[in-house]
Amino acid sequence: MLIYTLKRLLQAIPTLLIVITISFFLMRVAPGGPFDGERQLPPEIEANLMAAYHLDEPLPMQYLRYMGNLLQGDFGPSFKYKDFSVTELIAQGFPVSLEIGGLAILLALIVGLPLGIAAAIKRNSTVDYVVMGTALTGIAVPNFVIAPIFALVFGVLLGWLPAGGWNGGALPNLVLPVVALSIQQIAYIARMMRASMIEVLGSHFIRTARAKGLNEGEVIWRHAIRPALLPVMSYLGPAIAGIITGSVVIEQIFGIPGIGRYFVQGALNRDYTLVMGTVVFYGVLIVLMNLIVDLLYSALDPQIRYDD
Amino acid sequence: MTTNQFIAGVGCALMILTPSLAVADIQGQRQVLRRANGAEPSSLDPQLTTGVWESNIISDLFEGLVARDASGATIPGVASSWERSDDGLHYTFHLRDDAQWSDGTPLTAEDFVYAWRRILSPELAAPYAYMLFPIANAEAVNRDDKPAGALGVEASDPHTLEVTLARPNGYFIDMLGHASTYPVPRSAIEAYASDWTKPGHMISNGAFALTEWVSHDHITAIKNPEFHDAENVSLDEVRFLPIDDGRAALNRFRAGEVDLTSSVPTDRIEWARKELPDALHESPILATFYFAFNQRPGSVLNDRRIRESLNLALRRQVITSQITKLNQPSAYSLVPTAIGDYDGPQFDFVNESMDERLAKAKALMKEAGYGPDHPLQLTVDYITNQDTKRIPVAMAAMWKPLGIDVTLNNSDAAVYYSKLRQGDFQIGMAPWIADYDDASNFLDLFHTGVSNNHSGYSNPDYDALMDRAADMLGADARNATMAQAERLLLDDYAMLPVYFYIKAGLVSPTLAGWKSNPMDDHPSRWMHFTKN
Repeated sequence: MLIYTLKRLLQAIPTLLIVITISFFLMRVAPGGPFDGERQLPPEIEANLMAAYHLDEPLPMQYLRYMGNLLQGDFGPSFKYKDFSVTELIAQGFPVSLEIGGLAILLALIVGLPLGIAAAIKRNSTVDYVVMGTALTGIAVPNFVIAPIFALVFGVLLGWLPAGGWNGGALPNLVLPVVALSIQQIAYIARMMRASMIEVLGSHFIRTARAKGLNEGEVIWRHAIRPALLPVMSYLGPAIAGIITGSVVIEQIFGIPGIGRYFVQGALNRDYTLVMGTVVFYGVLIVLMNLIVDLLYSALDPQIRYDD
Repeated sequence: MTTNQFIAGVGCALMILTPSLAVADIQGQRQVLRRANGAEPSSLDPQLTTGVWESNIISDLFEGLVARDASGATIPGVASSWERSDDGLHYTFHLRDDAQWSDGTPLTAEDFVYAWRRILSPELAAPYAYMLFPIANAEAVNRDDKPAGALGVEASDPHTLEVTLARPNGYFIDMLGHASTYPVPRSAIEAYASDWTKPGHMISNGAFALTEWVSHDHITAIKNPEFHDAENVSLDEVRFLPIDDGRAALNRFRAGEVDLTSSVPTDRIEWARKELPDALHESPILATFYFAFNQRPGSVLNDRRIRESLNLALRRQVITSQITKLNQPSAYSLVPTAIGDYDGPQFDFVNESMDERLAKAKALMKEAGYGPDHPLQLTVDYITNQDTKRIPVAMAAMWKPLGIDVTLNNSDAAVYYSKLRQGDFQIGMAPWIADYDDASNFLDLFHTGVSNNHSGYSNPDYDALMDRAADMLGADARNATMAQAERLLLDDYAMLPVYFYIKAGLVSPTLAGWKSNPMDDHPSRWMHFTKN
């Protein structure tokens, strides 16, 4: 297991290198630069700025300089937010996105899994149709429709919860963003769990278990659940990475200082270092999440084992 | 779970909830102002920023030689008085004896000398360095042609600042309220370099001092007891919230989570007029929304008749009443009518009926060789934005009868400004918000060679008039000369002015000390809550 983990981590390095390189050059291809703003700078000042950020050097040299700094853990200063380094921005924003995203996934699992299992067990009953119908709505209605409705209804009209803001992560401020973020995930997980459960419940070894005389509860909870979880697991890997790196929409509507906005704002501002920083961060996160998922697989399914 | 674990769990839950309870309690006893401030500041270094939302914060943290009162008028700041020589080239500023930094150390004239040399230093590459170019040798220092010591500013003693200008400047005192001229703390900068603006490191001299800065979440400043006017500052704390979504800001205002917003979404204006009449403020500010005509060599817009037609056929009232819905004053000139003391000209056709104007426009286009059967192809560029888009769409419809086919190009901000600067456009939106209350801030935009002269307009007679006005000291003579220059600009139909801005924002009815003013300056030091 350990060797397998190490092998996977080593294999990740060339993947990350390719991602970083492509992103670096792709960013520069876009027209417009970090200093193209409403107030145009006099040429001498702009020349000084470009020199200060090494943007006047040939592109390959800038790339080498960036990679060199990266290896030392230096993501560089943000071009747009001049008082912060990219490391500081990500270090401030990531725990926030992690908390919101993590809680959203947790909520999605706590609500989605039982719903999916119930729908599978009571297949084609009213319970099944209600759950699946609601799930379809959850998938179809986008975040940016649900979130403002939540903010308006619960924050403004009813006043039960804050309409926005992070407030250091206080519980009342977590509720609306987490719930809004989790709805789509609940829907996906419920549907996936139902489909997977139905498939597992129709397999031979379940028939055997029933034939042996085990009661339905044991059949489901001791035998069916673990293999049924496998597809959900593989979905979760990249989904967690995606949610944790922040939902831009939720963060914007509720004013949450996560790192989701750095992707979009960074690109719009041509804040090269910030975008590269978030790309590297996201890349590493995906690699790690996929690795964790694969390791969890073997815990769930004894048939899956990795070379020793 | 054991009893201990249960108690620990409850304790943790209480700890999580307590901050929000505590905040509610504190706000009942202390005066805490929460300002929705538009966007995260790109820096809190007064010498590195260019945006309105940054200057809102920075002018609460720092104070320049002069300050602004609640109506935006210029009042003494760090300088309690000043004199000017007869030739207008020399100013002497007398600094208050009790001027201090927030760490208790005295603020002296040397601090201003240090600050102004710093903003002009080539290495800093400060975008607003040009604000100090009126000072002797400033431009040369910024270009690295002269050493910093050559700058025309000197501390003749700790409380006297001597400034020599390159040429007389009628708005110099007013300009000294701009953030780029504020003093900056040498000790903090030398100790922490670019980290000096962080809480715990920053030393400032304004009514409030920075205590917290969570990027993209909030900036908190508490009342600075070392401020020379601290006894008249009622607020205990100001919190700036970088809420960039207008609708989110509106929601939080309605929920009582913010006391001030800096905008109102266009589609909620009419609702706000009905439902929040005590909170909604619609104030004219010194800003012009206009479109630049590309007049570089080879551009079809070098034909004056076309520029005149485009101006004649534009129905400005339709745009301001039905599209922006703010009923902004229509602009028939470049300089807003609200500019102090300036009696500027307007387009000749301002009193003609729309029918007359349309007829004239069609005739001009025909003369230029275009008409509905031989249309002129024009592109209008704008920044991608749902609200802004509707204006060029309306313009295209208004110009169609003249035989003009308009293609709309939208791009994101960085690309847009890059295109503008390279002259890669025909008609492009170019809103301008005043840096200071003087007509020259607008008229300088059309001087040959100025970096914000997007159109590439160049008229030697115009340049001559503006240069002559720049040397004049008497306000009346100066304004009259500038009005003559603007007359040339308008006769040339050098741009397409649409409207002068009205700024909509929400102010909590319990907040006093907020006053509408053309420069949109709202220092927190004048505000207080009338009831909690």
